[in-house]
Amino acid sequence: MLKARHKRFILIGIGLALIGLAAMLILNAFQSNMVFFYTPSQVAKGEVPHNTGFRIGGLVEMGSIKRGDDGLTVHFVITDTAHTVPVEYKGVLPDLFKEGKGVVAQGSVGADGLFVASEVLAKHDENYMPPEAAAALKSAQEQSKTLVMPK
Amino acid sequence: MHMNWFKYSSPQTFYPLAGKMIPWFFWAASLLCAVGLYVSFAIAPTDFQQGEAYRIIFVHVPAAWMSMFIYLVMAGWAAMGLALNARLSAMMAQALAPTGAMFTLLALVTGSLWGKPMWGTWWVWDARLTSELILLFLYLGFMALQSSIDDPRRADRAGALLALVGVVNVPIIYFSVKWWNTLHQGSSINMGVAPKMAATMLLGMLLMALAFWMYSVAVALMRVRCIMLERERSSDWVQSLSAKGSK
Amino acid sequence: MQWASWSAFFNMGGYAFYVWFSFGLTALCVLWEVYALRQRSRDALRLAQLLAQD
Repeated sequence: MLKARHKRFILIGIGLALIGLAAMLILNAFQSNMVFFYTPSQVAKGEVPHNTGFRIGGLVEMGSIKRGDDGLTVHFVITDTAHTVPVEYKGVLPDLFKEGKGVVAQGSVGADGLFVASEVLAKHDENYMPPEAAAALKSAQEQSKTLVMPK
Repeated sequence: MHMNWFKYSSPQTFYPLAGKMIPWFFWAASLLCAVGLYVSFAIAPTDFQQGEAYRIIFVHVPAAWMSMFIYLVMAGWAAMGLALNARLSAMMAQALAPTGAMFTLLALVTGSLWGKPMWGTWWVWDARLTSELILLFLYLGFMALQSSIDDPRRADRAGALLALVGVVNVPIIYFSVKWWNTLHQGSSINMGVAPKMAATMLLGMLLMALAFWMYSVAVALMRVRCIMLERERSSDWVQSLSAKGSK
Repeated sequence: MQWASWSAFFNMGGYAFYVWFSFGLTALCVLWEVYALRQRSRDALRLAQLLAQD
């Protein structure tokens, strides 16, 4: 006959196993449903939901921001360096919306391949440094680029 | 086995010990907070992309860390209470929950106040934000369950089970920015990699996190003392304590 | 020092509302929690004292 304490330990073990199973199930559900945004490459491959809106995330391509005459409409291109998606958006842009920086746009693709966004959010990275350090880093990168380029 | 700490595992011996420890933890928290705020506002420089708005990091990240850490400690005490049938362990778990819930709420609200000016939105349903919200519900669920059952032993057991089930959410929160596409950025501090922050910014954040930690210990000890008095008010030790009129 | 003047400090580069709301709310929560716990401990001791007199 098992002691009461041993029985309790066995029950806890079974409970933990069940919890682990539940965790795996939750993780699975998360994996398939928690896609917050798609990349331009996924758009190019057609791996995005049809007939419904979705989000595209990537970087704002350098030199791609063009503001319309009405001062509200803005056109830009989202890139993941492999593929690009042209975007049109009417509205207020977040402070961190800049060329070369991260962006997440919600909307849908029209027949002409233009992504009409209803909301544009900025996605910043996890780097924090003073402006001088950022400038020094940038010039160092450019110098190493010019050193490598001639090869 | 005569282990020294067993002496303190009963409420009547732990009560005065906790009372002696509380002021020390409060002093440590105050000192760390003062230095941490000074570093955060006077020494840490402006950020190259976010300007001064990034300074929310000095409360947001420590609060978010504590929200997850307190949950793990709470679940640990709850598990110990369950396995050893120890009343003090269960009381510690119960004492930690409200503080953990408070830090979770603070992490969510300060994150929202950071997201609006930087991302352009107060809230999105991405994996990081959603799993942190689930953490708040777990804390609230634990507190609600405990207070809804009259028999303290049964309440402890039910609460412990919920706390243990909820533990899976903690790694989900922590790794969400790695596992899924999220609007929330990745971690600035990772094992084995140089932190992606200027040294003084990192220092401010760590000092504030330590301050929050010391504060949490002090407040949890205060609350566990209250719980002891409330649960064991008719026991001999509380009776003799109140007869003496001492705190 | 990062700040040219006190008003620059309070202005937080235009993000005063977001930064000070965050820190202010945190301070309020912490102070309230400590206050509430002191009250609770006082009440618990008082109740135990009442029981002891019976």
